[in-house]
Amino acid sequence: MKNEPLKAENYKLCNIDRVKVDKILDKYPSNRKASAVIPLLHYVQKKSNGWLPVPEIERVAEILDMPYMKVYEVASFYTMFNLKPVGKKLLQLCHTTPCWLRGSDQIEKSIYDTLKIKDGETTPDDMFTLMKVECLGACVNAPILQINDDYYEDLDYKSTKELLNKIKTKKNIKPGSVIGRKSSEPYDKNGNVNVTK
Amino acid sequence: MDELRNINIIIDGIEISVPQGSTVLQACEAAGAEIPRFCYHEKLSVAGNCRMCLVEMERSPKPIASCAMPASDGMIIKTSSEMVEKARKGVMEFLLINHPLDCPICDQGGECDLQDQALYFGKGETRFENSKRAVSDKNMGPLIKTTMTRCIHCTRCVRFANEVAGVEDLGATGRGENVEISTYLEKAVTSELSGNLVDLCPVGALTSKPYQFVARPWELTKTESVDVMDAIGSNIRIDSRDGKVLRILPKNNESINEEWISDKSRYAIDGLSKQRLDTPFVKINNKLQRVSWDEAFEVINSKISKISNENCVGVVGNQVENEAIFAFRELFKKLNLNKILPFQKKLSFSKENRANYLFNSKIEGLDKCDYLLLIGANPRVDSAILNARIRKNYIHRDLKISSIASQPFDLKFNYEYLGCDVKILTSILEKKHKISNDFEKANFPMIIIGDEVLQNDCSLDVQKVSTSILKKFGGFNKNWNGFNILHNYASTVGAIDILSEYSDYDYSALKNDINKNLIKFVYLLNADDFDFDISNCFVIYQGHHGDKGAQLADVILPGAAYTEKEGSYTNLEGRVQYSQRAIFPPGDAKEDWTILRALSEKLGKKLDFDNLLQLRKIMFSSKTMLKFDENIYSSEPKIITKSDFKSSKLNYENKNFFMTCPISRCSSTMAECSQVNG
Repeated sequence: MKNEPLKAENYKLCNIDRVKVDKILDKYPSNRKASAVIPLLHYVQKKSNGWLPVPEIERVAEILDMPYMKVYEVASFYTMFNLKPVGKKLLQLCHTTPCWLRGSDQIEKSIYDTLKIKDGETTPDDMFTLMKVECLGACVNAPILQINDDYYEDLDYKSTKELLNKIKTKKNIKPGSVIGRKSSEPYDKNGNVNVTK
Repeated sequence: MDELRNINIIIDGIEISVPQGSTVLQACEAAGAEIPRFCYHEKLSVAGNCRMCLVEMERSPKPIASCAMPASDGMIIKTSSEMVEKARKGVMEFLLINHPLDCPICDQGGECDLQDQALYFGKGETRFENSKRAVSDKNMGPLIKTTMTRCIHCTRCVRFANEVAGVEDLGATGRGENVEISTYLEKAVTSELSGNLVDLCPVGALTSKPYQFVARPWELTKTESVDVMDAIGSNIRIDSRDGKVLRILPKNNESINEEWISDKSRYAIDGLSKQRLDTPFVKINNKLQRVSWDEAFEVINSKISKISNENCVGVVGNQVENEAIFAFRELFKKLNLNKILPFQKKLSFSKENRANYLFNSKIEGLDKCDYLLLIGANPRVDSAILNARIRKNYIHRDLKISSIASQPFDLKFNYEYLGCDVKILTSILEKKHKISNDFEKANFPMIIIGDEVLQNDCSLDVQKVSTSILKKFGGFNKNWNGFNILHNYASTVGAIDILSEYSDYDYSALKNDINKNLIKFVYLLNADDFDFDISNCFVIYQGHHGDKGAQLADVILPGAAYTEKEGSYTNLEGRVQYSQRAIFPPGDAKEDWTILRALSEKLGKKLDFDNLLQLRKIMFSSKTMLKFDENIYSSEPKIITKSDFKSSKLNYENKNFFMTCPISRCSSTMAECSQVNG
């Protein structure tokens, strides 16, 4: 069942900050509360370990006076809402054409070799989930891997492996280009940025 | 307001004029051009997602979706140009990409929009070489069978559920290739109108579960008739084959049921072939035994000679047609008996004036009304179609609704609950209640009085105060009558019409007589829902089902059910509608008026008619009120009572929507429904 939300037995609702919720609601007219559904789902998803169990969807529906089904339709439409549990680090690997041409297949292989997970799978320790996604909008620094909220750019097989191992060993990692580009400036065959004329 | 301003539009070279606000599709229909469509439905909001209704518009480089494009002055539309043909062919090819080619095993086959239109616009061969997608079937309860792979995502079902039925459980989940129509967490659809989803589905994704693999549409004999499951008198089409009713579909009648019927009207039919009385019975040695008609009549003859007016009572049931009630009355008249109970419950009306007991605003009036007060009424259970009509006004015109009832019922629309004490009506009348303002503001105020009031001792008081309120706030004028009684049963209005001038016998009088042990002889005409004790009496039961009445009977005369006889029924508006015979009654059973006619001859008091035409002629000449009066708005109810509200609290009576008559009680489909919904 692809679209079926996961029924979470004995699920304990996560703590949400009512002030923050009201702040979101304040952005919309009070008779158009339903407009807040996407921001609110995002907020709740963040609070509930990166996914939306049924009770959370229903809670959002109740806050917004919407039928459960309507909120669920929204949650199932957008791929950024997860209806199944995900690991602490959600790896979203872009495999749209530019990233694919720049070697996203190698990154996928690297992830598999390091973590033994394929698209949609989670590591047994609930640490990593891999999700292949469509264009992340950073094609100039392809290939891209999004880990939770941060982009990691200009990856290849080796650097991905290093990156994941660093996360595994709880070492600090720096978001952005792994070859040190600040933005999308050119670099030479050897990976040297700052190519000057 | 220039709402009526027309605009001119040229369709296929013909200039026509349509009201402003029409869509291009409606204009094309008006010009006689047929536009294929899947998602568009007149009674639902416009979705514009099937793209089948594409037409060419001058100066537009692309074809336009005619269902979603408002018509405007000077538009030039072509509905059969090369571009249109090509566009429709393309759309059809896309629709068929994922649609399975299982028409031979699909219940929709033969009456399928997709099948028909594929015949005209389909390419005949596919260019799609990948595998088709498959979708798992969903559970939608005991009435709807799903084959979701066939779904083309027109979302008619979703819109119907949200807009008309008011159950917001249906929706489209996922997106793109993965869109699926489903109920929330796959719960059954809990609506009294869910059967209409099957009619709306243009393909075979939602089909009727009780009717699965039963028949093909071209094998069926179609009979247009009237429904008797509630007092609305929904227009129906009975589809039968080989002497068996196989299904019932709604027939369009804008004044009554629009395009919908309730699940009970549609699916109780399996009860028609169960527990049927197919031969006369007589109780011999405390056991019912099969006898011939003559023998049964002989037993009645021997008994009836010994009784007097005092100890004989006739009871009219809930689904009896006017003709039988009339013949029943005439028989009693000939026998000099005058105790006839028109309905089996304690319901108080004053019967002097027809406006006292009718739904005077008419069902169509519900679209016009701008303030509605329900008193002791639960229209969702009593007449689901009427409830949908109220909801329609609520959705489209923001109708304000208040309710005084034993408890706040779930009516699928929001309303203000005013408690269970009808005494507040007096303060509304005296302008001491906030509701008075709503009445004052309204141009077409409406009061609907339901069962909880009618069965209460305060019934007449409520009716009188309601009349005064309406009078005070402009509820009666040339174009409007806001006083409405909500009846529950198909024969109630007809029985009052026919019997009120002959007998004023009522429920409390009968109770009295029973307490005094006066009643010795009871003639039940299709009556199965009484609560008085007649176990010591000699009981004749004339009817079609072995239900409560037949259990108590000493003589059983097998009658015909509503699908098996011609008859007229007066609905709650006072509208007389004629039903047609779809099939013949089983075994020796006969149409009810013929039984009464034959019995009268046996008793030596022959009735004055030999056929249905003669009967109707006498019936209509002696009772002019039976005719539907379009101008009934002009008459106001006159209710005479000492308005003192001896009791004023409304009591709750637990009702099961799915089981209200012998037919629905025998239906296993209805039993399943009440289990799921209960």
